[in-house]
Amino acid sequence: MTDTSVRQDSPTAPQQSAPEGGDAAPARSLGADARRQLARSPLFWVSAALISVFVLMAIWPSLFTTVSPNESILRESRSLPSSDAWFGRDFQGYDIYSRVIYGARASILVGIFTTTFTVLVGGMIGTLAAYNGGWIDGIISRITDMFFAVPFILGAILFMSALADSFTSYFGVIFKVVLALTIFGWPSLARLMRSSVLTVLPNDYIRATKALGASPWRIIRSHIIPNAMGPMIVVATINLGAYIAAEATLSFLGIGLTPPVVSWGVMINDSIVGLRTTPHMILFPSLFLSLTVLAFIMLGDAVRDAFDPKSR
Amino acid sequence: MSKYVVRRLLQMIPVILGTMFLIFAMVFALPGDPTAGKCGERPCSEAYIAKYYEENNLNDPLPLRYVKYLGQVAQGDLGENQYEVPVAQDLEQRYQVTGKLALMAVGFEVVIGIAAGILSGMRKGRFVDNLVLVSTLVVISIPIFVIGAVGQYFLGVRLGWFPVTVSGDATVYQLLLPAMVLGSLSIAYVARLTRTNLSENLRSDYVRTATAKGLTRSRTVGLHALRNSMIPVVTFVGYDFGALLGGAIVTERIFNIQGVGGYIFRGIQTRDGVAVVGAVTALVIVYLFVNLLVDLLYGFLDPRISHD
Repeated sequence: MTDTSVRQDSPTAPQQSAPEGGDAAPARSLGADARRQLARSPLFWVSAALISVFVLMAIWPSLFTTVSPNESILRESRSLPSSDAWFGRDFQGYDIYSRVIYGARASILVGIFTTTFTVLVGGMIGTLAAYNGGWIDGIISRITDMFFAVPFILGAILFMSALADSFTSYFGVIFKVVLALTIFGWPSLARLMRSSVLTVLPNDYIRATKALGASPWRIIRSHIIPNAMGPMIVVATINLGAYIAAEATLSFLGIGLTPPVVSWGVMINDSIVGLRTTPHMILFPSLFLSLTVLAFIMLGDAVRDAFDPKSR
Repeated sequence: MSKYVVRRLLQMIPVILGTMFLIFAMVFALPGDPTAGKCGERPCSEAYIAKYYEENNLNDPLPLRYVKYLGQVAQGDLGENQYEVPVAQDLEQRYQVTGKLALMAVGFEVVIGIAAGILSGMRKGRFVDNLVLVSTLVVISIPIFVIGAVGQYFLGVRLGWFPVTVSGDATVYQLLLPAMVLGSLSIAYVARLTRTNLSENLRSDYVRTATAKGLTRSRTVGLHALRNSMIPVVTFVGYDFGALLGGAIVTERIFNIQGVGGYIFRGIQTRDGVAVVGAVTALVIVYLFVNLLVDLLYGFLDPRISHD
């Protein structure tokens, strides 16, 4: 039923080829339909390409540059972009190109881990609240409200300052940032998951499964979660970009990652005093940071368009 | 209606207490010696430290300290900060500045965001629509501290259109640029939200009926489609007001605004727990009340939603 209306609305697919039209006649799952739609979306391919480049940068920076990010040539401090240092050098005479490449790791790690944890925690708590209902829902919802009421950045700043003296290694600090962003980021996903589980619960197929005697765990795992997690996946993808920006904000304020760790936020913080005289020092890290955030937002847009036929 | 308000207010009590405890626990876990620097360059005497700990309940376990603090707050006393100035007095002054900033940002959000959203929603797929989509995407992906610093440099220093920093009085003119920066991300979100909802509603049956019975285009859009499209936008703006109050830390730092954000940040850095807890608690309470207000607004925008 929805298949035909979708196909008429969709401007990207004027004509379906014969074999595709043939196998579409029997019920096609929402997931398969979404995947098909994604494969046709240029937005998806552009963002996927950008993200692959950044992920590769994070895993294997030496693939992109042979210069060490901590090799300081003070004589050439603040020099402009040249054939020697493509993006110029900063105050310490570090090669900005090399630092921008090595800086990807912190952002990508924070983004991916925070998204994973917020989806797990938020999804689980939201599903629990909606499935059980009653007083359990009441208590869980109030606890969600407590964390939701603390402004996101403010909560993260407080948490990072409270733990300022512990976990000071590279991965320790990244872990701290992930923890801080997760603690104050899960409530929005929990609320979203709760409301979408509530819309799935009254469906006939859930009642039928219950009548057939399936265990609650089985109902949740194979019927509720697959049908209710669409909206959460979309928001989580867009949030990934927001978490990367939040990490940079914390580093910018001087309480996230700190030198000698190389990160885009730290680079921007270091070079912001030179905005008037040496703008190239702030341009490149900002550009890479923005491109990464942009790539995840575009991916989220593409996924939403694929999962939600109404918005096409 | 009044039953609903009472129930919501009752639900708010445990949330406020819980959030305050959360903040209280984090603030008092801040590392460092609370008496450091209290006695000039010498270390404080044993007797002074003992007296200080006793006066500030620092020897008690955390829950007991929290209960004592609540008792104090219930009497309307937010305590004194490190300089022995009452926190309430500081907050009164600083909330005026940040409140003005956040309200102006919300104003930009509503005016520019909704206008851009209507423009692009009504001409979906045309040039204006694509322009709005691309420019909002750009604004969303650039971090706010870069927008702030670059805006300050080009519009303030180079072109001289706006004051570069904000003085203690924080006049409306001085706050124009910071408010625009603070609201920039939300302007983009509001524009996109308005666009999506408006274009969805324009395709709905009731709009077709309204057109068929001969209503003018402006009446169809303004009275029917737009009003129904505003519910998610109002929700967003409402939630955002609280986030703007708290998120102003970065903007306040860039433009040297003497607001709550800067107060909290300095409080954290100087380990001024009483000041931080008071400021954040006030923020959370404002936020929760604005949310309640937003939920009550639904009823006016969409009569189908009732709170009985």
